[in-house]
Amino acid sequence: MENKTSTEIVKKQYFTFAHPPKEIILESGEKLGPITLAYETYGKLNKNRNNAILVVHALSGDSHAAGFYENDKKPGWWEDMIGKTRALDTDKYFIICSNIIGGCGESTGPSTINPKTNKPYALDFPIITIGDMVNAQKFLIDYLGIDKLLCVIGGSMGGMQTLQWVALYPEKVLSAIPIATTLKHSPQQIAFNEVGRQAIMSDPAWLNGNYYGHSGPKKGLAVARMVGHITYMSTISMEEKFSRRLKEKTNIFPSDKFSIDFEVENYLEYRGDNFAKRFDANSYLYITKALDYFDLSEEKFTQKNKNIKTKFLIIAFKSDWLYPPSQSREIVKLLKINGIPASYCEIDSSYGHDAFLVEIEKQSELIKHFLNSVVRENNIYI
Amino acid sequence: MNIKFDEITFPHKIIVKIVEPTSTVLDLGCGNGELLEYLITNKHVQGYGIEIEEQSIYKCIERGISVFHLNLDSGLSDYNDKSFDYVILDQTLQEVKNPDKVLHDALRVGSHVIVSFPNFAHYKARWQLAIMGKAPIAPALPFEWYNTPNLHFLSLYDFVNYCKTKKITIEQNFFISKNKLIKISPNFRAQIGIFVIKK
Repeated sequence: MENKTSTEIVKKQYFTFAHPPKEIILESGEKLGPITLAYETYGKLNKNRNNAILVVHALSGDSHAAGFYENDKKPGWWEDMIGKTRALDTDKYFIICSNIIGGCGESTGPSTINPKTNKPYALDFPIITIGDMVNAQKFLIDYLGIDKLLCVIGGSMGGMQTLQWVALYPEKVLSAIPIATTLKHSPQQIAFNEVGRQAIMSDPAWLNGNYYGHSGPKKGLAVARMVGHITYMSTISMEEKFSRRLKEKTNIFPSDKFSIDFEVENYLEYRGDNFAKRFDANSYLYITKALDYFDLSEEKFTQKNKNIKTKFLIIAFKSDWLYPPSQSREIVKLLKINGIPASYCEIDSSYGHDAFLVEIEKQSELIKHFLNSVVRENNIYI
Repeated sequence: MNIKFDEITFPHKIIVKIVEPTSTVLDLGCGNGELLEYLITNKHVQGYGIEIEEQSIYKCIERGISVFHLNLDSGLSDYNDKSFDYVILDQTLQEVKNPDKVLHDALRVGSHVIVSFPNFAHYKARWQLAIMGKAPIAPALPFEWYNTPNLHFLSLYDFVNYCKTKKITIEQNFFISKNKLIKISPNFRAQIGIFVIKK
């Protein structure tokens, strides 16, 4: 961290709502409640309560976007973007990062205790969508007393939530920054998710989802994550990171056949195993399904509201082949057709999909100035 | 940021005078967005830019301009017919791969198209090419042959002929030499031509 002094000690907070009989109705028609959302905030809400920015996270993210927990050395997942003088400047803005429902970041999800049975939901947890995630976040924003968000911003699945926020509540969102994302999941994206799900469900330890209290499908989840990591990198970034370097070996004919030879294998195994330690396999199934069901293409984006005034900044990365720039250009096209104010930048980066987490400098320049213009145009007094 | 009229270039002054207040403008190849910013701030137009250079996009966003990082060839197909009062091709036409297609699209999406380009038949260019036998370098053509962004070299005469052939109406024309408007033998004396055309 180049500027550790600007970060603060942060605390995870919780908001519980939709207590029975006031459960929320999900897109599937099923009911869910009570619901807890984990969230964190950075910076201060101003007097007019109009400097709030909602940060929404990707598949494996959580509410810990920035700062450090007490006695923890690892900062939040977007630390370099959030803080004093950074793109999401905590001296100017009130930043909220909300976890999603269905996840395992201490919000209600399949590993939560079902109050009806006093056992974890497991597969009794209803199917959720990106729309359901956003509807749940809307309760949090209302609870925080924020009428209009200055901006909703997120990459990958966070970008989908950003688009969904505008589709559902355009009057509540002054500006939106969807990064490295899409209007709908393509067959290729669905296919990669299905490989991940199959890896989990074919692990004997999955036990039809009822593995709580047991070891759980650690290997299956690790394999799912390995596939994921391949799609997050690019040909160039993999070449630069690993090339064909061997792991602690000079000989590619070891006595233990099919053990790890290459650095890249070692990396994927390490990442996979680490992920399996912290993430819930059922959450992975539910969230990837939510991604696959996501489709706001064509008239679906404007179905609820024809007159969207939210100002957009769309960012894509040249080497991202999981959510390629062509998908971002589809968003641009849709906004143009509907006369929605927008800007688009395709950042020249070799980091692939991971770029939204690591290409900090270029993104910061765009986001900082874009937010300044939103503040100016809406006469917001910070 | 509030740019004054005195601070913008002479060709931009001409374009600014052409554009009606509160109209809609699409600037193709808007570069760093100076012209658009002026039009938005001072003529209260609804302006958008399309630009291919990543570095220029950062500059435009800094100015608070709506800009799309797109190729002109693909960037125009999304717009409906006559979506804009003005489409501007300010020093862009000679740099695009397919000027014929870009002009066709510009005339489709814009009620009026404002085109400015360097006149390759300016006497200094003629002199350098015909007498000195070298690729011309002039105030409006400042590049060496090996680093010029210009892909097409056309004269004012060429452009007028093109409009005739394609049945494009020339509504207004302006010929500029040394930051002055000229009327007499423009194809010989003008460094830059600005045309307002429609179809």
